[in-house]
Amino acid sequence: MTQFIFRAVGEAALLVDLGDAIDADLSECVVAIDAALRAAPPPGLRETVPAATSLLILFDPEASEMRTVEAFVREAVGNAVNASREAAEHVIPVCYEGEHAPDMEQLARRTGLSAQAIAKHHAEGDYRVLMYGFAPGFAYLGGVPEPLAVPRKAAAVRDHKVGSVMIAAGQCIVMPLPMPTGWWVIGRTAIQILRPEADDPFLFKPGDRIRFERIGSDELERQLAR
Amino acid sequence: MSLTRIIVEKAGPLTTIQERGRTGYMRFGVPHSGPIDRLAFAAANAGIGNKEGAALIEVSLGGISLVCAEGSVGFCVCGGDFTAEVEGSPLGSWATGILHAGMRLRIKEGALGNWAYLAFGGDLLAPSWLGSRATHLLAGLGGGRVGTGREIIVEAAPLPKEAHALPKPELRPIEDAMIVMGPQDRYFPETARSAVTGSPFTASAKFDRMGRVMEGQPLVPERLDIASEPAVRGSLQIDGEGRLTILLADHQTIGGYPKIATVVGSDVDRIAQLPTGAALRFHPVPVEEATARWRNHAEAARRYLADAATGWRPFGERLMASNLIDGVVDASR
Repeated sequence: MTQFIFRAVGEAALLVDLGDAIDADLSECVVAIDAALRAAPPPGLRETVPAATSLLILFDPEASEMRTVEAFVREAVGNAVNASREAAEHVIPVCYEGEHAPDMEQLARRTGLSAQAIAKHHAEGDYRVLMYGFAPGFAYLGGVPEPLAVPRKAAAVRDHKVGSVMIAAGQCIVMPLPMPTGWWVIGRTAIQILRPEADDPFLFKPGDRIRFERIGSDELERQLAR
Repeated sequence: MSLTRIIVEKAGPLTTIQERGRTGYMRFGVPHSGPIDRLAFAAANAGIGNKEGAALIEVSLGGISLVCAEGSVGFCVCGGDFTAEVEGSPLGSWATGILHAGMRLRIKEGALGNWAYLAFGGDLLAPSWLGSRATHLLAGLGGGRVGTGREIIVEAAPLPKEAHALPKPELRPIEDAMIVMGPQDRYFPETARSAVTGSPFTASAKFDRMGRVMEGQPLVPERLDIASEPAVRGSLQIDGEGRLTILLADHQTIGGYPKIATVVGSDVDRIAQLPTGAALRFHPVPVEEATARWRNHAEAARRYLADAATGWRPFGERLMASNLIDGVVDASR
């Protein structure tokens, strides 16, 4: 039985809090409850927002109220096991070399690992989309291997390139928009997580599995040119 | 329909195209966006006969100056004490007017309000993203920023017969806002939880479409290493220094800072419109009361907007509309 706590977020949203531990099991639970709730939505449902350890449910407080939504969530938790889906898997080719990995040297000094070892560890990780947040297309990937656990930089650095592969705080992001961040850039991919013009602009869904594949700079240039 | 071309001469820094916001994409990191002051936005559209939620220009502090280069168009300006003038002659606030080719429209801020809405009668053409022309300013997606030199094209509707003033909603600066405690108040010591409602806050000049900093007693959380949780418009987010920010239309969908409370929906937009330096107190209410307050607010807003919409119609239509709203004809009037 899944343990959870209801927390009211004003009059128009309900947070289903599943705990504190950021791990794949809890995230899987969030995704399954989300799918079950969307399959049997409460009246007035506006949208749901899966996060690493919680699910936010936004509803129209004229069409529904907190207690009604809570009852639907309890039902969804009961059905969540059946609703758990086969997660899609994406393979993202990454170049971990030279100018495409501007923070590699600094990170190598910090972790005591060689650049080669950092690239190897990163590419061997088994990743999962925990949630989107911060800005459009910012997918937080859980599953960064332990040796690469580093906190964010003290200050944000401006305008990383789209496709920068970055790590911090045990998570990984593929940069969707040119924006300042304090994450460590260790590679680059030609794959775009956010394609604003596409009908379905977001490459990943929460819960999807991600693998990274090492490529050389020639191959990256070829893919970028396509 | 005819195309009307308008050129922006000068606009405040946060001026954007806004439409009814986009829902359903917060799961991908995309907040609703849309107008900061939803009632003034709706009034501007209603006042010039547009459909509900239509695209318009959200004007920030600093105002805007535009020239009609081609064609003619009716317009409506609503929000705070912002006033409009056409060719130098004042129209006042919450008012409609008409622009013909060669005429200049200026909108200036007043004593009240940080955001105003300029709706043109007809369809304002602008890029749409995920079903809405609402601009998400940080990402630059949607209808986009409105700055010097931008050309605004409107498929203009038939012109109103004359300029007129709209009825105004309650514009008095809000002094008491209702909040529902949580969802992350448990991360704060009792002193901070009681301080959020015990001491007054001051509306600061630090605001944009994402949020507004409210100055007051620091509310330092006991821990900061919390799991990131989703946020909503109206979340009271506290940063590492204990500084309180109310999140607005372009808010981050998920935040690593704890949210001590959530402002009731009917009070959020009025906080965004507070003049810098204005005092505000937060009062905790149970969820049931918050729901009742929102429902009353939504009902009152619909009545007000129906009233604002009848302004420019011919008298006969106006009578019809009021009969439909009241459900009965009062023959004695």
